[in-house]
Amino acid sequence: MKGNKTMFQIRIHGRGGQGVVTAAEILSVAAFDEGRHAQAFPSFGSERTGAPVVSFCRIDDRLIRTHEPVMEPDAVIIQDVTLIHQVDLFSGLSRDGYVLINTSSSFSELNFGDFFDQFHPDRLMTCPATDIALEHLGRPLPNAALLGGFAALTGEVTMGAIDKAVREHFAGSVGERNAAAVKAAFDYVASKIKQVARASTN
Amino acid sequence: MLRQIEGSRAIAETVALCRPEVVCAYPISPQTHIIEAVGELVKAGTLTPCEFINVESEFAAMSVAIGASATGARAYTATSSQGLLFMMEAVYNAAGLGLPIVMTLANRAIGAPINIWNDHSDAMAVRDSGWIQLFAESNQEAADLHVQAFRLAEELSIPVMVCVDGFILTHAVEGVDLLEQSFVDAFLPPYEPRQVLDTNAPVSIGAMVGPEAFEEVRYLAHLRQLDALERIPEIAQEFFEASGRDSGGLVRPYRTDDAEVIVVAMGSVLGTLKDAVDLRRDLGERVGVLGVTSFRPFPSEAIRDALKHARQVVVIEKAFSIGAGGVLSSDIAIAMHREETLLRTVVAGLGGRAITRRSLEKVLDDASDNELAPLTFLDLDHDAVDRERARMQATRRSGPSAENLLRDRGTVSQKADA
Amino acid sequence: MTSQDVHFYQVGSFAVGNRLLEQEERTVQAQVDRTNSIDSGHRACQGCGEALGARYALDAAMRATNGQIVAVNATGCLEVFSTPYPETSWRIPWLHSLFGNAPAVATGVAAALRAKGIEDVRVVAQAGDGGTVDIGFGCLSGMFERNDDVLFICYDNEGYMNTGVQRSAATPPAARTATTKAVGAEPGNTFGQGKDLPRIAMAHNIPYVATATVADLHDLERKVERAMEFHGARYLHVLVPCPLGWGSASNETIHIARLAKESGLFPVFEAEDGVVRSVSPIRRRVPVEEYLKLQRRFAHLFGPHPRLDVIARIQSMADANIERYGLVSPESLEESS
Repeated sequence: MKGNKTMFQIRIHGRGGQGVVTAAEILSVAAFDEGRHAQAFPSFGSERTGAPVVSFCRIDDRLIRTHEPVMEPDAVIIQDVTLIHQVDLFSGLSRDGYVLINTSSSFSELNFGDFFDQFHPDRLMTCPATDIALEHLGRPLPNAALLGGFAALTGEVTMGAIDKAVREHFAGSVGERNAAAVKAAFDYVASKIKQVARASTN
Repeated sequence: MLRQIEGSRAIAETVALCRPEVVCAYPISPQTHIIEAVGELVKAGTLTPCEFINVESEFAAMSVAIGASATGARAYTATSSQGLLFMMEAVYNAAGLGLPIVMTLANRAIGAPINIWNDHSDAMAVRDSGWIQLFAESNQEAADLHVQAFRLAEELSIPVMVCVDGFILTHAVEGVDLLEQSFVDAFLPPYEPRQVLDTNAPVSIGAMVGPEAFEEVRYLAHLRQLDALERIPEIAQEFFEASGRDSGGLVRPYRTDDAEVIVVAMGSVLGTLKDAVDLRRDLGERVGVLGVTSFRPFPSEAIRDALKHARQVVVIEKAFSIGAGGVLSSDIAIAMHREETLLRTVVAGLGGRAITRRSLEKVLDDASDNELAPLTFLDLDHDAVDRERARMQATRRSGPSAENLLRDRGTVSQKADA
Repeated sequence: MTSQDVHFYQVGSFAVGNRLLEQEERTVQAQVDRTNSIDSGHRACQGCGEALGARYALDAAMRATNGQIVAVNATGCLEVFSTPYPETSWRIPWLHSLFGNAPAVATGVAAALRAKGIEDVRVVAQAGDGGTVDIGFGCLSGMFERNDDVLFICYDNEGYMNTGVQRSAATPPAARTATTKAVGAEPGNTFGQGKDLPRIAMAHNIPYVATATVADLHDLERKVERAMEFHGARYLHVLVPCPLGWGSASNETIHIARLAKESGLFPVFEAEDGVVRSVSPIRRRVPVEEYLKLQRRFAHLFGPHPRLDVIARIQSMADANIERYGLVSPESLEESS
């Protein structure tokens, strides 16, 4: 928000059943564990499985007092690529903002036209989080993996903090396997960022 | 211990620290996570001895609490919206009998049209019931208020309702510093009832009272609420001294000392308001915020004192009296009794409509330009209302208005900020 | 002072006077150390069946628990006539909350006692038929379903007598009330399927369900004491004639209650775990007319243009009860012959 440069706001879009609310919560716990103030909350619907769902997360070095929805996100995480033409996903996103989309396609293959022309190309990433989840969990739940990708993309939280928060949230072997998915997505996005950086310097 | 935790969970764990002996619950959104968590703590044996009763309605929930409290047990329940209305008869009864039940009200709009999202209509509907009503600004305060609520309720034999904005607070995961059991045990002594169903000293509770004494019984209840006006700040002070945390009290002034415009509100919108006011202060504008924590008893003197130098007072309310106007505003107007102060009502956030900082800044702009109407509905789509008025004029069977307005506005899921 | 004939037994009633019984078989009320749970000075009408039933029931419950009873009362006649402010007739801890919530309030009392580890104090909840079968029905079903440790007693006078004799779901067909006037082609209450609370209670499989009338107070006391031997939800449905609402003579209360049972209109039985264990057999069967004609609420069925068709329908209800519960057994017929 204006006047508070330290605050970082994230909006997560997905569908009911994909762990959209859980993702925001885990992200807030990761930030909290790193000694920061954080706030996570859902978009408060009585939505059923499969319906579009939104959750929010704020991270700040100061106490977070506001309770308005995130109107001007610094980052948008899209858990379900089929939402991109149904929902106004990028509302309020600044040109310095980050986008992370769960898809095996590349960002340019998604046909956003000239919408992102003014954005930083190394802040626009896709990540095949569902594939990663299927590989590590055996279930198409991309939420935790995307948080690994988010850590690589923004640096707002560390990979270690996400790893710890995921293991706290999911007990036992489910936690282990989610943590593996987090790591895989982190590595994937980190290498993609390097690729983009190399491409831009070449 | 400071934990990143859902508001409902923080409330439930704090309630458990208060060692309630009977908890009764009937599920209604957005109260559910609170009672689920208390139920889990009882089932796991963390909270013991405690009877957790799954009842068949909110009316039964409050009735079970009444029976338990009259038997000398510390009793707790939680509800929202329709649930509060469904138990309303028992809500009045608990207060009339002077039973110190504590209830969390996860504030939610009242239908029809059915709506599960936050506003304050439910709390306003029972403002005259004789319950003490405390509004939490944050989840930290929501948790802390419950400890103070049990203390207050049991000292004064008055039930206390802790009002917590549904979803906005109950479902928000934030850092909350949870109290220690030893702290709560020291702060909250065991319940010593004034009246109790005791086979060794039988009393009749709930006898019929005719015109010869009813007014006296009611006036006594009023006096006891006025006693609460003394005890609420004292208990908050004692809590502050013991915990270092500023939770509770009657009112919460923020940058009001030299403020020309003061915005009055209750609940979670205060945080967003404070951010907006800070931005204005940075620009040199003299604006402030007055949070009302205790809505019943109504702290008229504290409010009068806090508002006495303001040129304009803007009351932001998440409820209103249809056909009349602001509810909190009416109380504020009586409390101020100053004709030279401009009093403006802004109805906002009905049925969960987000109150954004941007909209609040617009309110502050209009206030400083003296352009705020006496009664404003924030972010209201007047065109949509006009179109429905036109439909109603054009044809007798215009159909259900709520559905017409929904169709007019398009579906909610298409909007990212819905 | 007028003289009074002394009856050592009441001819035709089959009730045996206490004075002919051994000391230990006499009623609780015959004991000098009875508790007087509901004491003199209350404002019940002459001949009130509910006052009588409540006194016997609660004193029996007191005897069964060594005086460790907490009573919860729904709004209604019993509540109003027993506590005219600032007086109270109750010599036991007594709580009145609302009309429709007595079962839930009793649940709360029982829960509090359990949480406090108090095991010897027992809970009795009481209501009229309105507070039981109508407005309190939801809470009652919830209390049954959870099997809370409460004895719930319904004093059934078949209508809203406290508010001026209006129809309840327990009002019998054809009965005249203030909201089912004796006018029109089908005067009085309509014929429905009825709301048979004892059987609904049994359907919850609670440990003990019984019915009784104020005609057999010995039986009522025994059932209360039996009920107190169980833990969990128990239900006792007591027929208590209301002279005001039924339009009967105040000295006919016991007689009318007896006719309700002897006609088969009010079956008296005991059930455990949802199964009928015993019935009080009809000892001298009477046609329903004998019961109906003593009550002005049925007066429109008699007179110059008797409604034999309606009386026949009521008779068929009695016959169905007799059949269902086996109220007329060969043994009982022998006994009455």
